[in-house]
Amino acid sequence: MHTSLTRIAAVLIASTMLAGVAQAETVRWARSSDSLTLDPHSQNQGVTHTFAHHIYETLMWRDTEGNLIPRLATEWYVKEDDPTVWVFKLREGVKFHDGADFTAEDVVFSLDRARSEGSNLKQLHAEVAEVRAVDDYTVEVQMVGPSPLYPNNVTNTFIMDKTWSEANNVQEVQDFAAGESNYAVLNTNGTGPYMLTSREVDVRSVLSVFDGWWGEAPAVTEIIYLPIADNATRIAALLSGDVDIVQDVPVQDIERLQNSPGFKVETGPENRVIYFGYKFGKEPLRSSNITDSNPFNNPLVREAMELALDRDAIQQVVMRGNSIPTGVATPPFVNGWTEELDQYPAPDVERAKELLAEAGYPDGFSVTLDTPNNRYVNDEAISTAFVGMLGQIGIDATLASRPIAEHSPVILSGETDMYLLGWGVPTFDSAYIFNDLVHSKTDTHGTYNVGGYSNPELDEKIISLGTETDLDKRNATIAEIWEVVKADRVLLPVHNQTLAYAMREDITLPVHPENQPNMTTVEFAE
Amino acid sequence: MLAFIARRLFQSVIVMLAVAFIAFMVFRYVGDPVSSMLGQDSTLADHEALRERLGLNEPFYVQFFTFVGNALQGQFGISYRLQQPVSQLIMERLPATIELAFASASIALVLGVVLGIYTALRPRAFSTGVIMTASLIGVSLPTFLIGIGLIYVFAVELKVLPSFGRGEVIDLGWWRTGLLTESGLRSLILPAITLSLFQLTLIMRLVRAEMLEVLRTDYVRFARARGLSQRAINFGHALKNTMVPVITITGLQLGSVIAFAIITETVFQWPGVGSLFVNSVAVVDVPVMAAYLVFVALVFVVINLIVDILYFIVDPRLRDGAKSGR
Repeated sequence: MHTSLTRIAAVLIASTMLAGVAQAETVRWARSSDSLTLDPHSQNQGVTHTFAHHIYETLMWRDTEGNLIPRLATEWYVKEDDPTVWVFKLREGVKFHDGADFTAEDVVFSLDRARSEGSNLKQLHAEVAEVRAVDDYTVEVQMVGPSPLYPNNVTNTFIMDKTWSEANNVQEVQDFAAGESNYAVLNTNGTGPYMLTSREVDVRSVLSVFDGWWGEAPAVTEIIYLPIADNATRIAALLSGDVDIVQDVPVQDIERLQNSPGFKVETGPENRVIYFGYKFGKEPLRSSNITDSNPFNNPLVREAMELALDRDAIQQVVMRGNSIPTGVATPPFVNGWTEELDQYPAPDVERAKELLAEAGYPDGFSVTLDTPNNRYVNDEAISTAFVGMLGQIGIDATLASRPIAEHSPVILSGETDMYLLGWGVPTFDSAYIFNDLVHSKTDTHGTYNVGGYSNPELDEKIISLGTETDLDKRNATIAEIWEVVKADRVLLPVHNQTLAYAMREDITLPVHPENQPNMTTVEFAE
Repeated sequence: MLAFIARRLFQSVIVMLAVAFIAFMVFRYVGDPVSSMLGQDSTLADHEALRERLGLNEPFYVQFFTFVGNALQGQFGISYRLQQPVSQLIMERLPATIELAFASASIALVLGVVLGIYTALRPRAFSTGVIMTASLIGVSLPTFLIGIGLIYVFAVELKVLPSFGRGEVIDLGWWRTGLLTESGLRSLILPAITLSLFQLTLIMRLVRAEMLEVLRTDYVRFARARGLSQRAINFGHALKNTMVPVITITGLQLGSVIAFAIITETVFQWPGVGSLFVNSVAVVDVPVMAAYLVFVALVFVVINLIVDILYFIVDPRLRDGAKSGR
């Protein structure tokens, strides 16, 4: 009796050991700021999304090359006989953290919630007329007109559980104006690989692996998310061994970390372009000594400014090698980018001065350059360098530097003559850039067309991109628009940012172009 | 005494209203909360709509009176950034700041008084010169630099103390304390030292100056002539008389440490109200900023009241003055 019991016990113990005692691997992940909320449709912000991608999932998302890959949706296509309908086939056998099944009604609920008044994601679904469930694993999205690129817009729209949301009264996204908080801000129920274990805002949040996840078990079983605002402290925390991965690495620390034993730095291009913009139109500039005309309205002046801009010097000196100079206002991941567009002229100070004289400004002119100082990598330093370069050709630029919270209203009100801005392209398609930066300013387009550039022909082509279903024709139109944008020098692009993540030597976390790395991609060296 | 307190409370209310008013005026120039809240993907129409709903288009005095009206009912609104009630946010983070403030004030007070007395009693010793010079360094180096320096020495190089954060915390009812755990106490050391250095210098020099002055007064000379021991004179009489200005200064310091430990909290990622304020300023989270400034005014007002009451207790001359109705 006893012997057989002992034997059974021994076998059981042995089998648990053989069953692969899953190595508990904890990763302490440090970033400069915390996720703003756990309500997935409330904020459309990078840090918040990056965190949410561990708990919640989307229909599709992007891999580290920027390609659209299946996630909760396994197939997506335009309906056979109706080009205004997108069909999504859903993955079967997926469970929410509380055990509920994932079905089409959850997708319908989530997309409707993301389109609702209080959601910051509603602009991405502006072309959606109706969302309906055809059966448990098929969803049809009825668009207002043919929308060939709608799938690009769902990569950050998370799927919530309808039953859970109704039970906890979070069908509505938080309403700031009404001054209420809601349950979803601090509590979650998603389909993602990790569950929320604890959350202390601005201190630490802990995620533990979800055993019922549909995907391959990740190497990281516990994530401790630590926001550390101060740059120096964040790096010190990595060097002292208090954290394992630092995602926001200040440019000046990259080289030092690369040379520190026991640590390494992964770098890669970011899907964000940094550019200068300026005022168009005949009205004289408000900050210039020229009071009878607008120098920027003259194409020769714009060409002169491009010839003054030494992108390679900025890359070497200001960015210490950590940028990718470009001649077109779009990052390489985006549909519409080509190598030719990317080319930029070598700086030529003499020629620039000649052009200015030809344009009627032989003595140059003065202007104020507005720049943010806490938003993009070395933004103020880039602007300062450009001020020096403009000085060389006779343009006397004064730098007005502000934190982004104050820079944004100046930009949006159009009260600036010349400014620096960065632009990310979450849909990976040029139409996103055209809609906001190139199209004339209206209630729905050209929100960031600060300079007031207006080209009605181009506007028509841009609008057509929203509904053109023939992809070849559409790409041809995109190419035409870029030709004009580049020839007219609507914007003056400087470079694409690169991202750097620093980590312990035995960890590998590949850089994600949208700066949304996921801990499921972490690998540990043996 | 009661009339005195009542008068002071009335003055405090005026101070707080004035602070709220000035804060509101300044907030119009710190940036636009709506663009921070809505991000890149929004249209101008959305911005306008949100601005309407938040009441940001109302004239200044309407916004101000709405704020005061709500504040009197204890309603400070919802943080734009974190989407939780502001009063709850401040209450959650207050214990961290208070523990840090009191820890650093205690270090500064104890060391300051001890060193102050020592340097007063031995004005020409070599060690006195060293202490005075070192204290100057403590007050001229910015808190930021001291904090980073300490982190690098003790956390990165020696690896004996944590580089950031508050460590493990325990909830005692509403108060979340880090004083009852080992990691909590270890995390408190570096930030408390950083924050105490400039207070220490001030207190030390003040005690020294006051003590030197008191030791020259007539009553101390008479006490010495009478034959009282040096110890009785130094600690029984001289020290007590130096304490009045020290209490004033310490009170004000404590107020400013609680309110403005912002830099230290940011450097050490200490989750107190100071770092909450800094994060709010960056995104123009007006509800938090307004509530925080009113709270800070309250802190100063309360501390000043306590300091004034302490005067009565410590200095008999003031007690007599009050009794005779002045």
